[in-house]
Amino acid sequence: MSRPGGKQEALLALAGAAALVAIAFGAPWLKFVLTIALAKGLAVLGILLLLRAGQVSFGHALYVAFAAYVVAFLAPLVPEALVLLPLAALGAALLGLVIGLFVSRYREIFFGMMNLALSMVFYSLLEKFYHFTRGTDGIRVQPPRVAGMALTRDGYEWALFGIALGLCLVAGWLARIYLASPMGQALSAIKTRETRLEFMGISARAALLFAYVASAFLAGCAGAIIAMTTRHVTPLLGYWTASGELVFIAVLGGAGAVLGPFLGAIAFELVRVYAAATLADSWQLILGSVLLGVILFASRGLWGVIEALLRRGRRA
Amino acid sequence: MIDSDFSRRGLLLGAGFGGVFLPDALRNAVQAQGTRPTEIKLGITTFLSGPASVFGVPGKQAAEMLIEEINAAGGIGGVPLRAIFVDEGPGLDHLVGEFRRLVQNEQVDVMLASISSGSCLACTPLAEELKKVTLLWDCGTQRIFEEHSYQYAFRTQANATPEILAPLLYLLKTKPNFRTVAVVNQDYAWGRDSWEIWRTAQAALKPDARVVAELFPRFGSTDFSTEITRLLALRPDVILSASWGGDLDTFIRQANERRLFERSTFVMPLAESSLERVGRSLPAGHIIGARGDHWHMHPRPRDKAHLTRFVENYRRRYNAYPIYPVFHMAQALSALQAGYAKALAAKGGAWPNQVELAAAFPGLEYDTPTSRMTIRADGQGLEQQLIGTSKRVDTHDFAVLDNMVIFPAEMVTTPAGKISTDWLKTLKPDILADMPAPIPYA
Repeated sequence: MSRPGGKQEALLALAGAAALVAIAFGAPWLKFVLTIALAKGLAVLGILLLLRAGQVSFGHALYVAFAAYVVAFLAPLVPEALVLLPLAALGAALLGLVIGLFVSRYREIFFGMMNLALSMVFYSLLEKFYHFTRGTDGIRVQPPRVAGMALTRDGYEWALFGIALGLCLVAGWLARIYLASPMGQALSAIKTRETRLEFMGISARAALLFAYVASAFLAGCAGAIIAMTTRHVTPLLGYWTASGELVFIAVLGGAGAVLGPFLGAIAFELVRVYAAATLADSWQLILGSVLLGVILFASRGLWGVIEALLRRGRRA
Repeated sequence: MIDSDFSRRGLLLGAGFGGVFLPDALRNAVQAQGTRPTEIKLGITTFLSGPASVFGVPGKQAAEMLIEEINAAGGIGGVPLRAIFVDEGPGLDHLVGEFRRLVQNEQVDVMLASISSGSCLACTPLAEELKKVTLLWDCGTQRIFEEHSYQYAFRTQANATPEILAPLLYLLKTKPNFRTVAVVNQDYAWGRDSWEIWRTAQAALKPDARVVAELFPRFGSTDFSTEITRLLALRPDVILSASWGGDLDTFIRQANERRLFERSTFVMPLAESSLERVGRSLPAGHIIGARGDHWHMHPRPRDKAHLTRFVENYRRRYNAYPIYPVFHMAQALSALQAGYAKALAAKGGAWPNQVELAAAFPGLEYDTPTSRMTIRADGQGLEQQLIGTSKRVDTHDFAVLDNMVIFPAEMVTTPAGKISTDWLKTLKPDILADMPAPIPYA
């Protein structure tokens, strides 16, 4: 096998994490951008699990938004980040279980469209129940305590950045174990030949449902972190463009390994920030060109580029 | 100082991503207390993409024009201004990140925040945390200063309450006998909020009027045939629409084609911004608002020559009449100039820091293109409201305003410390007695 080994990936992940901490030290304003990027990376990791089964969800922003609103509604009652985060993520996973029971019957375009439709239903609910959700104006989230401590602005930002980074490392590690396990291998089998999987006595639906709930959980973590970081939650978090963004990041980062989503998310957010800084009125053009460039010249995403470099390094 | 040799943006472009890692502390240390900087950096958030760019782009154009004029006249206290624009279009998480970038990395001196109310609700507490003077230059939500108090944030124009109450008072005065009302608003926060304000005030001032339809078509809708058919059948005396931009333009055109304007009186508190675009589609006799005291043919400007110059300069550059966001931007920049002048005077000419600059805004008086405004102690600007009736004249391809009433700010603005919906409930019909006399189109 010419794929980089687990040790190499772990080293890369740790080096990447150290680099992020260094950047956050050097440029404090980027801490916020990086926290959002890491959170999106978590959600895209969930997309990657489904991609392994050959399924693309165009509606995962639903779980991001759901968790964000759980945080927004519960924050006045339990102002503790370490309680809100798991609550919101579990809530998203539960919703993922209910919806997953339906959508895991479908494959490919039908799977993608079902997810899209349900996410837009939720978006409309957020917008229409105006007196409850404050509509498009959104809900302000007061900064919760972290581990019982009321932190200053800088301390709070560091705490959330740390939580996000820690979660990413743990989630990436667990996702790697899961994908290597029989349950994870079953996902690749769904992609290649689902009937054979059934012949082996493994329920393809159960395998996909498990991955779906896991991806909803990850998106839930992302939503909770985003809500506690931006501290203002609007229905736009659940709009279809937000779902599209997650798929965009998955393509950008590459679906080959668990590091891909995080590479993609960080590259995406940094490109967007710098594009907006240089060309305030046509930053979309730069973002689009970057994606086109990746599709044309690095079809396996940023991770594919790194993988190729590593392989060349080993051969040399 | 680094900034004086080459611009931050040039550095970014030149060094690519490497530019980020310049330690901010280094530049902070250079900026000593009280010395005059080489430039005043303004961070301006506005819509450069999406439907609300019909307001955002004129706002940006106004800022560019006015900053050029201010700099040509020597800047503020001898220091030139430079604006950095940020797009509100991509959503709040992006905007909040950009806000931090401008404050923490670009080290802007003052922020001018937001067209969208949602953006303002998110940015204002952030400005407070970052201790950065922020002028809310266009957003409408009355919640900002009613639900919280801020040390660093100020609004240089009115808010949703006077902007909706004034057209209602105008309607009550000019068409006192209406019995039925219908509403067609965009289905998002502003559409709902403005209807809430109208309905509350109407219940207090004209309790016998009946609401026959509450229609909230999708935001960005291009087809209003369902709503128009329903309204043609219901025949309400009054149709309120606080919609704006493409939605309002399309609604006006489609309503005109099906002659809805002949059956009902329309009240459109934001239609001033659509007048030129809809042209002859808007018939005479309907009530038009402008979100404040603005119109390019204002009947009683503070300084007629100043207004004419402002309008002509804008037309020459951008080939359109200025609409309300252009005036709002002028108000914000004028308040900024006045605020700096006041803070400089208070410090005997030494350059003010953020706390000293913020202290200049409560009670500040400043000139707008049409009048003179005050910022109240709670940070809310007190702005007059101009409401008129559409009229067709031969000299213009679009409707102009006739029988204009300029409502004094104190009459229509929620008193400081009160919540709008509570205050509106206490209104009495005798408020109409204080209404100024209408001014005909001349």
